[in-house]
Amino acid sequence: METSIETPIFDERRDQIHRTGETPFAIACNRDSLAGAVSQRACVFCGARVVLYPIADALHLVHGPIGCAAYTWDIRGALSSGPELHRLSFSTDLQEKDVIFGGEKKLYQALVELIDRHQPKAAFVYSTCIVGIIGDDINAICRRVAEEKGIPVLPVASEGFKGNKREGYYAACKAMFDLTGTGDTSGIPKLSLNILGDFNLAGEIWIVRDYFKRMGVTVVANMTGDGRVDDLRRSHGASLNVVQCSGATIELAKMMQEAYGTPFIRVSYFGIEDMADALYDVAKFFEKDDPEIMERTKALVREELSVMYPKLAELRRDLEGKKAAIYVGGAFKAFSLVKAFRHLGMKTVLVGSQTGTEEDYRELAAITDPGTIIVDDSNPLELSAFLQEKEVDIFVGGVKERPIAHKLGVGFCDHNHERKEALEGFIGMYNFAREVHASVMSPVWRFTPRRIKIASSGSRS
Amino acid sequence: MIQAAKEPYVSTTNACKLCKPLGASLVFRGVEGAVPFLHGSQGCATYMRRYIISHYREPMDIASSALSEKHAVFGGGPNLKKGLLTVMQKYGAKLVGVASTCLTETIGDDMPGLVREFKAEFGDLGLPEVVTVSTPSYSGTHAEGFHAAVKALVEQLTVEGEAVEAVNLLPGFVSPADIRYLAEIFDDFCLPVTILPDISETLDGPALDEYQKIPEGGTPIAAIRAMGRGPATIECGRALYNEETAGAVLEKRFKVPLFRRGLPIGLRETDSFFSVLETLAGAQMPRRHALERGRLIDAYVDGHKYLFGKRAVVYGEEDLAIGLCSFLTEIGIKPVLVASGGNSGKLEEAVKAVTSGILGEAPETFSGADFYQIAERSKELAPDLIIGNSKGYRMAKELSVPLVRAGFPIHDRFGGQRILHLGYRGAQALLDTIVNTILDKKQAGSEIGYGYI
Repeated sequence: METSIETPIFDERRDQIHRTGETPFAIACNRDSLAGAVSQRACVFCGARVVLYPIADALHLVHGPIGCAAYTWDIRGALSSGPELHRLSFSTDLQEKDVIFGGEKKLYQALVELIDRHQPKAAFVYSTCIVGIIGDDINAICRRVAEEKGIPVLPVASEGFKGNKREGYYAACKAMFDLTGTGDTSGIPKLSLNILGDFNLAGEIWIVRDYFKRMGVTVVANMTGDGRVDDLRRSHGASLNVVQCSGATIELAKMMQEAYGTPFIRVSYFGIEDMADALYDVAKFFEKDDPEIMERTKALVREELSVMYPKLAELRRDLEGKKAAIYVGGAFKAFSLVKAFRHLGMKTVLVGSQTGTEEDYRELAAITDPGTIIVDDSNPLELSAFLQEKEVDIFVGGVKERPIAHKLGVGFCDHNHERKEALEGFIGMYNFAREVHASVMSPVWRFTPRRIKIASSGSRS
Repeated sequence: MIQAAKEPYVSTTNACKLCKPLGASLVFRGVEGAVPFLHGSQGCATYMRRYIISHYREPMDIASSALSEKHAVFGGGPNLKKGLLTVMQKYGAKLVGVASTCLTETIGDDMPGLVREFKAEFGDLGLPEVVTVSTPSYSGTHAEGFHAAVKALVEQLTVEGEAVEAVNLLPGFVSPADIRYLAEIFDDFCLPVTILPDISETLDGPALDEYQKIPEGGTPIAAIRAMGRGPATIECGRALYNEETAGAVLEKRFKVPLFRRGLPIGLRETDSFFSVLETLAGAQMPRRHALERGRLIDAYVDGHKYLFGKRAVVYGEEDLAIGLCSFLTEIGIKPVLVASGGNSGKLEEAVKAVTSGILGEAPETFSGADFYQIAERSKELAPDLIIGNSKGYRMAKELSVPLVRAGFPIHDRFGGQRILHLGYRGAQALLDTIVNTILDKKQAGSEIGYGYI
């Protein structure tokens, strides 16, 4: 029997946790984080910044005191095949006098200075908390500089306190939407799409682009991994928007659908089935224009799988029966991870996200085994208690979750935006399996106090 | 004295500083049973946690009042109080260290007033200590936030009472390994000590079988209360000279004699530090430290040829940069640029002071610098070596100059929390690293493949 350890659940958060099969499905979510709980969430600025960050030939200027820019300097492993302006951190570094007298003049001068220095294709100007309070008219400054410099200068309404990451996603989508519809779409073929919600971490978008190329489909714009301003400007010329990641870019897809009639489909590139489904869905969409596309796609999937399955089977032998916990930013990724672990013969015992919706959690409840803990907007106290209760072998999360796992002698896999291993695509599934394997099978765990305790307290149920 | 040709840039690119509340959060993590708490948006706490965790590889919980739009309009008081209650009840905190952020400073929340109200409303619950510190990030850097939090702890906790034996040591922002070593030195002198803050265990702890809500270790609250009754305070950091610091508060309010010294990096600054201990202990330097000192000088001699005339760029918090500059100068490396994102106004004078006996002309200093400016100037100066935190990696790579990592943060190497900078032992470790870095470069750049160097 698994012993139930007293879990430090905050009373106010009880309804944000669900255990599959134990009660009828119910979960509360999308509410403000509880004051004093150490939420793993960030803020509006963070949401906007992570989405726009990979646009590599744009200037990203953070208007505010230094912190927000310092903490997001080169923060994602979002690679670029060309310019790397996005990897620099620009700030107006507001000082006390700016807070008192306003930061508009400094913003204007900083923008002009940086645009002259770097000659970007566009500039994004991020509002931070105090900009919303001191009342700088960012829109007016952006308009003025855009006119003077002849490039789009886009305000991003990302004052930190105006909500959570999701509002930030929305602000980013709005800024990107302002770019669309401004470029020349001539020469874009019928079989064309935009990739939304992929950030080219560890070069992942290149893997996906290669699949589409082999299918005969042209990618017009990457949104936003390895992204380019000019591609975004003509992205309305694509026939289809393919959207990954729950929250980040879905609003952009909706805006584009309404403005340009561009249809969109939702996909995930993580795991075998989801990756294959993504390609099949795209093939289906274009089948009317190219009847052979499905055959080509099937051949592609077969080819990839024939290489990967034997390798995967080898790793699975070791991993069979191990337990996994998942805590990620968006719930959509969690679906894929649950399925990916199943492929490895592993059981997901905890799954949660920072910003999932009720619908997301309902689906998670449907695809997980009885007893699985489903949690919204969790915190270190809960997560550590769940890890202990469930005797987890590997925890998948972001950098903030890593020390919680390691402290307790639990393996860890970084599936967040700092990862350095490509986890998307068929090859990504193999990389993922290898990383899980490397952590779970390491000899170090047997020396950790927690594992020693578990081992000495007898066999696990 | 040559000043760097400082372009009057308006914008900041790749900051060589962090924001104030980060420094305060680190200090509160170094107090026993304490939870750092940021009064502001959720994002501040999350960003800083991520940044700190990536260096120490330890859990770092920072609570937040998680203000939303309505609080920004009507004031963050209710959320601050609710947050304090949550932290109290769920973490069992003995102390909550509340730092403000630019948001709550700008909307004008009166934190001390709110905390007074909180104590009046919930006084019957057996409240933890609540220490507040004002840390708007639009004025000063994480270094100022660090020292402000140390001062706030002393101002708000230290009380009169019976004399105690413990010497107060305010070491500044140094590594857990440094703090462990400092404690060992005091132990060898048989001098009781209160080190504030003490992150030696809280940010470099052992593997556990049960998750600790608040990591063990940290400066005991009772010891902080008693700091006004100790025999002396040693406060490290030349950028703090003449400032209204915690040490100054203890001196002024409680008449505790204050010894201000630089960060004990390198031989001379460490000698100066040990001489204070000899005075306080009324005893000679214990033999094992005298031996370490002797070995260090021996190593200075053995390594001198590899180092003489080499040119280095140094950056980081002002106190660290000054200490490193002092050390480099005495081993024959010429610091050609000493830069900091901090701007206390003390850098130039302090660099002059630590180099004057050895260098004819003091190194160039650059206060309030960002990495764009440091890189720009470094290109002209063509150094052989760059020393500082890992954020200079991009610049070092561009210049093809080796980077010796020191200070905080170290985000691209393993073991940043265990880097030893202070004392004879720290100087020895730094010396070995620097010599080997230079030899490595020499060896890699030579086709001969020398087996003896």
